[in-house]
Amino acid sequence: MKEFFAMGGYAWYVWGSYGITALVVAAEVVAVKARGRRAREEARLTAPDSLSAATGGSL
Amino acid sequence: MASLNWFRYASPATFYPVAGRMIPWFAAAAAVLAAIGAWIGLGIAPTDFQQGEAYRIIFIHVPAAWMSMFVYLVMAAWSAMALGFNTRLSAMMAQSLAPSGALMTFIALLTGSLWGRPTWGTYWAWDARMTSELILLFLYLGVIALRNAIDDPRRADRACAVLSLVGAINVPIIYYSVKWWNTLHQGASVSVGAAPKMAATMLAGMLIMAFAAWFYTIAVSLMRVRAIMLERERGSAWVCALPEIKSS
Amino acid sequence: MEGALALAHPDTGAVLPGVRWALARDLRLALRSRAELGVQLLFYVIVVTLFPLATTPERTLLATMGPGVLWVAALLASLLSLPRLFAVDHADGTLEQIALSPYPLPALVFGKILAHWLTTGLPVALLAPLLGLQYAIDPEGLVVLASALLLGTPILSLLGAIGAALTLGLRAGGSLLALLILPLYVPVLIFGAGAVDSARAGLGATANLSLLAAGLLIAVVGAPFAAATAVRIALD
Repeated sequence: MKEFFAMGGYAWYVWGSYGITALVVAAEVVAVKARGRRAREEARLTAPDSLSAATGGSL
Repeated sequence: MASLNWFRYASPATFYPVAGRMIPWFAAAAAVLAAIGAWIGLGIAPTDFQQGEAYRIIFIHVPAAWMSMFVYLVMAAWSAMALGFNTRLSAMMAQSLAPSGALMTFIALLTGSLWGRPTWGTYWAWDARMTSELILLFLYLGVIALRNAIDDPRRADRACAVLSLVGAINVPIIYYSVKWWNTLHQGASVSVGAAPKMAATMLAGMLIMAFAAWFYTIAVSLMRVRAIMLERERGSAWVCALPEIKSS
Repeated sequence: MEGALALAHPDTGAVLPGVRWALARDLRLALRSRAELGVQLLFYVIVVTLFPLATTPERTLLATMGPGVLWVAALLASLLSLPRLFAVDHADGTLEQIALSPYPLPALVFGKILAHWLTTGLPVALLAPLLGLQYAIDPEGLVVLASALLLGTPILSLLGAIGAALTLGLRAGGSLLALLILPLYVPVLIFGAGAVDSARAGLGATANLSLLAAGLLIAVVGAPFAAATAVRIALD
């Protein structure tokens, strides 16, 4: 197991690569999801029934 | 009949729910393939004789590089359709692919750099493939920058389409010129980025990761295009009729 | 308005008259502001002078760097002058009139590009050998350099016109233009500067110059159409 993590001494490079890739992928997914959320919010506010939307549907 | 059905899906209104149903499948497939690919790349594939464990980076680097070029081609194809048929959705697909392609290029460059350091002693060697990849990143960033600089979405669609096509035509020319430049100036014989001889498991691992990257890109760009559709078409009838938009 | 009568010329669809008209007009306008042309050339000279100051006056190093520096400076000078290809006409509405004229727009655009090259690229190509002396480049190298620049600078104008049209009227126009166009300039730079290196290494510059010539032909055929499309996109 130790050798697996050590990667023959190249741990920083190998795990760094896989790690940063995972990070970038996660960041892209989070960003796109946030963009979708924002877009849905904006669309809700511009919908004709906007009084109801603006008050969170409580009216 | 057949052509009618095809152009039906060219409307954002019809494509929005279709894309929504496709996303989970592609995302799941990408996750499974990535897990298998990483398992092969990090565990199963044998240690390379020359490069040691450091070569395992190719299981990310090469698929990312392939995707960076493939996505640019697809983006250019959608751009050609947008210019030819003047369809909004084609332009939106091109718009949604640019950031994904740029990120793939970034990952390819980063992992290439991290692979170069332990294997050839330098974070950046001006070899043909890495230099071309860097220029490809500039091409992506240019398309994104042009999109952001133009306020009118339809002008942005057409301008970015022209730019993508001009870029696509130039990519082989750029690659050839950089390759020529590199062979002329190469002192040592080492070509940075030369993968070790492929054992069958290594090739399998790379192909699986390539498919993982492909399905991932499809899933993310479909998510992004849905957001783009909402952004650009908000207030229109079909958007207001969507279940997630209609106020409860 | 400049040459409005010429725009109403009944010889519609004719390419050469269109090119001639746009060329004559743009040259006339450029020569009226000769000072501006002089400033651009001066910019080229100053940039070229900066590099030895920033690195070293050592002759062998300068000779190695020389072709590259002269080429990069030519690229930058081209970028600096490109916005005025369409922007000035766009600002006072003339560009719309030009687009509406019976002459084919690619022909008019080609005429403008030709005028641009004659007033920016050509002077640079002719001046560069003189500045090459500052970089201890040998006479044969200077001839190759001039030939390469004569073939390459038109390509810079042709490709640059596409970028100038795409970024017409945009806020960060100049820097955006650079970002869009510089990657496309890379092959011209590589083969252009490489021509001198090849000649120096005894390999002869024929391959490089032939490739530049081929690139020029492709650009001449393709770029005016792409730029005209981009102009229409910007005007709509």
